[in-house]
Amino acid sequence: MTDWSGYIGLILQGALVTLQLTVMGSVLAVIMAFLAGLGRVSRFTAVRVLATTYIEFFRGTSIFVQLFWVYFVLPFAGVTLSPLQAGVLALGLNVGAYGAEVVRGAVKAIGREQREACIALNLTRGQAMRHVILPQALPLMLPTFGNNAIELLKGTAVVSLISLTDMTFQAQVVRAQTGSTLIPFAVILMLYFLMALAISHGMRWLERRVTRGLDGVRS
Amino acid sequence: MAAPIIRIDNITKRYGPLTVLDGLSMEVLPGEKLALIGPSGSGKTTILRILMTLEAISGGHIEVEGDQLYHMPKNGGLVPADDRHLHRMREKIGMVFQHFNLFPHKCVLDNVTLAPMLTKGVPKAEAQKRAMELLDMVGLANKAKSMPAQLSGGQKQRVAIARALALSPKIMLFDEVTSALDPELVEEVLNVMRKLAAETDMTMLLVTHEMGFAHDFADRILFFDRGRIVEEGKPDEIFRNPKQERTQTFLRKIIAAGHRV
Repeated sequence: MTDWSGYIGLILQGALVTLQLTVMGSVLAVIMAFLAGLGRVSRFTAVRVLATTYIEFFRGTSIFVQLFWVYFVLPFAGVTLSPLQAGVLALGLNVGAYGAEVVRGAVKAIGREQREACIALNLTRGQAMRHVILPQALPLMLPTFGNNAIELLKGTAVVSLISLTDMTFQAQVVRAQTGSTLIPFAVILMLYFLMALAISHGMRWLERRVTRGLDGVRS
Repeated sequence: MAAPIIRIDNITKRYGPLTVLDGLSMEVLPGEKLALIGPSGSGKTTILRILMTLEAISGGHIEVEGDQLYHMPKNGGLVPADDRHLHRMREKIGMVFQHFNLFPHKCVLDNVTLAPMLTKGVPKAEAQKRAMELLDMVGLANKAKSMPAQLSGGQKQRVAIARALALSPKIMLFDEVTSALDPELVEEVLNVMRKLAAETDMTMLLVTHEMGFAHDFADRILFFDRGRIVEEGKPDEIFRNPKQERTQTFLRKIIAAGHRV
């Protein structure tokens, strides 16, 4: 009879790593999404080109390959990262590229009329973006951001390939040691699901907060 | 006679192959109330949008208070205006839009105070005091904390007028400000504009299909068709005794459509 408590503890340790990766990766993804998303609508060509290149590159290549580059190839350029740093960087840059298109789409969705009101009121572009466009664009971004965060959570499983002891990695360890596939994978299935559920509830709460008073009616 | 506050000199506006304004020249005197009328697509709204720097011109020059709007002097010649110049020029001009364009995420009071605080650095308390005076003037002081979505169209438009006035522009542009309103809400907006015309010496340019209002409100009427001014004159001359055939046709159609003259 296997004593499961130790093995479950191992998986929970892995869950903590997964959580860390998800939170830190999401923070980086949001920063990149806004930088690149706003860069895409910049009036400076160089900024637009830079943002577009970043987005197309990271959307167009696989997260798996990106992770290997960050972890195994960057050291040749003199940049050595810990597995956690490499994981956060690869996940954040990858999901940030998707998020950038969400930011751009939401900013573009705030119509010409609002922009013209800003010009007529003599606001600068920066003021218009900060006080008028972004506060209205944010509620439009949140549902897709929620999707992206869940994608990122599930994407964390690939970091087990660079020896990061995340939830999936630990489940493999438990499976190898106990010979049971059902129990470790049933446990992480449940844990991934609960984390994803927490993300969608968190996003819905955030959505309710930022849309308070808006009532979805444009004036 | 005073120097014109706006001088439009031979401007052209093209969208691709379509010419909207065709070598148009006109002048507006300080304090003058001008109504621009004409069929849709005649270029009258485009003039307002060009004056508000919402549309670039394809050719010609515009002066506002003696300064070039789209150009600035440099090394003895004129070059296209940069952002700083445009911001300086926009201080003189305010605009009210057909669809109000209020900021839906801000309450009425914040809609009015936002621009003065950001563009002129007016302290919050002072901006709010001024905003309340303006909201009182348009009869909406009791709605200061409402969100735009809670207001009727007429109320929204009155807020939009207060918002534009908060920057104390010398020139106000009204672009079909009652066209998007239910008929019973038109009068409350027109009343505010009458009050404004009576109490201030602002220069006002008005694009409208309310012929009765244009007649009472304006010092001068410009009739536009196909990007040109076909006829201009005092309201009585234009409405009672139009000389051009196109003006006569237009006015007949408007009356047939049930508008008051």
